[in-house]
Amino acid sequence: MNSEISTKLTTYISTEILKQPNRTIDPEAALISGGIIDSFSLVDLALYIEDEFGVHIDDFELNSSTFDNINQLVKLIESRDQ
Amino acid sequence: MQTFSHILKGHFDENPDRVCIYLLHPNQPDLPVTYRDLMRGAAGYAKTFKKEGILPGEVLVLILQHGIDLVFAYFGAILHGAIPSIMPFLTEKLLPERYRADLASLISITRPTGVVTYEDFEDEVRSALMPEDSVRTVILSGHIESPCNPDFESQGGMGRNTNDIVLLQHSSGTTGLQKGIALSHRAVINQLESYRVVLGLNEEKDIVVSWLPLYHDMGLIACFILPILLKVPIVLLSPFDWIRAPYRLLQAVSTYKGTLSWLPNFAFNFCALKIRDRQLEGVDLSSWRAVINCSEPMRLESNQAFFDRFERFGLRYEALATCYAMAENVFAVTQGGIGESVKVDEIDRDGLHVERVARTPIDGKATLKMLSAGKPIPNVKVQILDGDGIPLPDRIIGEIALNSNCMLTGYYNRPEETRKAFLKGWYLTGDYGYLADGEIYITGRKKDLIIVGGKNVYPQDIELLAMEVPKAHPGRVVVFGVFNEELGTEDVVLIAEVRTEDPEENERISDQIRQVVTRGSAIALRQVLLVGEKWLIKTSSGKIARLANREKYLKGIKSTDH
Repeated sequence: MNSEISTKLTTYISTEILKQPNRTIDPEAALISGGIIDSFSLVDLALYIEDEFGVHIDDFELNSSTFDNINQLVKLIESRDQ
Repeated sequence: MQTFSHILKGHFDENPDRVCIYLLHPNQPDLPVTYRDLMRGAAGYAKTFKKEGILPGEVLVLILQHGIDLVFAYFGAILHGAIPSIMPFLTEKLLPERYRADLASLISITRPTGVVTYEDFEDEVRSALMPEDSVRTVILSGHIESPCNPDFESQGGMGRNTNDIVLLQHSSGTTGLQKGIALSHRAVINQLESYRVVLGLNEEKDIVVSWLPLYHDMGLIACFILPILLKVPIVLLSPFDWIRAPYRLLQAVSTYKGTLSWLPNFAFNFCALKIRDRQLEGVDLSSWRAVINCSEPMRLESNQAFFDRFERFGLRYEALATCYAMAENVFAVTQGGIGESVKVDEIDRDGLHVERVARTPIDGKATLKMLSAGKPIPNVKVQILDGDGIPLPDRIIGEIALNSNCMLTGYYNRPEETRKAFLKGWYLTGDYGYLADGEIYITGRKKDLIIVGGKNVYPQDIELLAMEVPKAHPGRVVVFGVFNEELGTEDVVLIAEVRTEDPEENERISDQIRQVVTRGSAIALRQVLLVGEKWLIKTSSGKIARLANREKYLKGIKSTDH
């Protein structure tokens, strides 16, 4: 598991999406189904991942069956970043 | 006057090959639906409804998502003479138990005799049913009679009277969906006849492009019923897809040379902020003649941001338009900006906030630029009333009241609610505003309602949910809305008197509150502020004063900013 990706994602979500820079997010916490990220912010997250990691996530993949926590998201980014 | 079924029969007979809807799904070819397809699909549903024992005049609840099933089921109900009502689908954020409770409450008041849904969702629906309730059958979209040519003469819809109820719209509250707005054929057709003139609709040139949900009046009336009955093609995207890929709306406008769209205010900001140039390669928006800002308080800044962002893709400034609408009036009350730019009224800020008058600016003093909602459409009369129901002159702020030939028949099975909504034949909107030179300006609203991205949120519902968290007792939680300039809509803020000495414990409580609120209402809180005891301001009777606490919160933010 790439901890750098994980840290970057956590920082982005807490600072830019939640506007709570000091907040810690459990890498297993349910982001979409748990209501941490609302549907309005999913597009921001996808654009950030594309800009930062060069990995494209299609809009129809932006739901909890593709990823729902930071660990799953890191795996998804790694699997596509070949 | 004709009914819906007579109008649809006319289109089926005279324009069977004309496309009425292009259904868009990501990753799939666009699906054109002609009037022949529409009525054949509807006839299959109507046949099924008859077989299942649904009678004309009975309510059918449709729990279906964007797609051909929803389109056919809706018009199948109309053709059969039943009354369709669309219920939003369960989202992954919302707790299934909460959804079930909402559905059970809707059923107990609206008393539908059938529910139409998908196989996958049948268990969810059945778990909300009770042995003695009104629902006799759950109809599954995979078990519908094949599309067939409708035998119009035998259809229940052809026997409906123009004063009969044709459809129900449920106002989008946070919890509970008890207020079903019942509309007659006559009311809807009167609205369409009046609104088409104001819009200058041309069935040969106009194309509506929409991502709006069909359970909301703007999506259902402006972007579904109106174009289909008036033979204007619609390009229909799903709200679920749009929120994840807002550029799809602009691509669709460009591909289909769309001319008309209705959007809530936040969508102007959302599109301006979240679409990248690379997603707009080759996009040309010059066909758009009206992009109508409607259903949330409309802001000049939002229209301007949208224009600045998309001007280089051919968007014309004159295309930006405004509309003030409500389901109780079928849809539009006013319309502005068609064939001319929307009027902007610059007024003295203190006059509005303190004296409740909209007067011309005073030298050197702060001003506000108000965006006009336009003029009342021809069949609607508007008055501004004071607290005693007396009409006010121009530029004095009061409650907006209206009178038209397209009002609701009533809140379905809620005679008392219906009675309370009217004063001497005038419908009281609960919105504040003023009139100036025949144009209407909306300034605020009477109730503590928060509108988030076009969705109505009642603060008391959110407060109640938060009280599920230990220590968040009644009288110690308050919820209100704060306008977010960047997003163009309101943020929901919650303050609770539960702060502890332990920062980790505080974070845990905040998280719990966020979670119960989201799972119970599908609303994400922008901020949860934990404060110490006695922070909250209460009224003399011990109730939480929302407005006063909002002021205190805003002052607190200001003082920490400087």
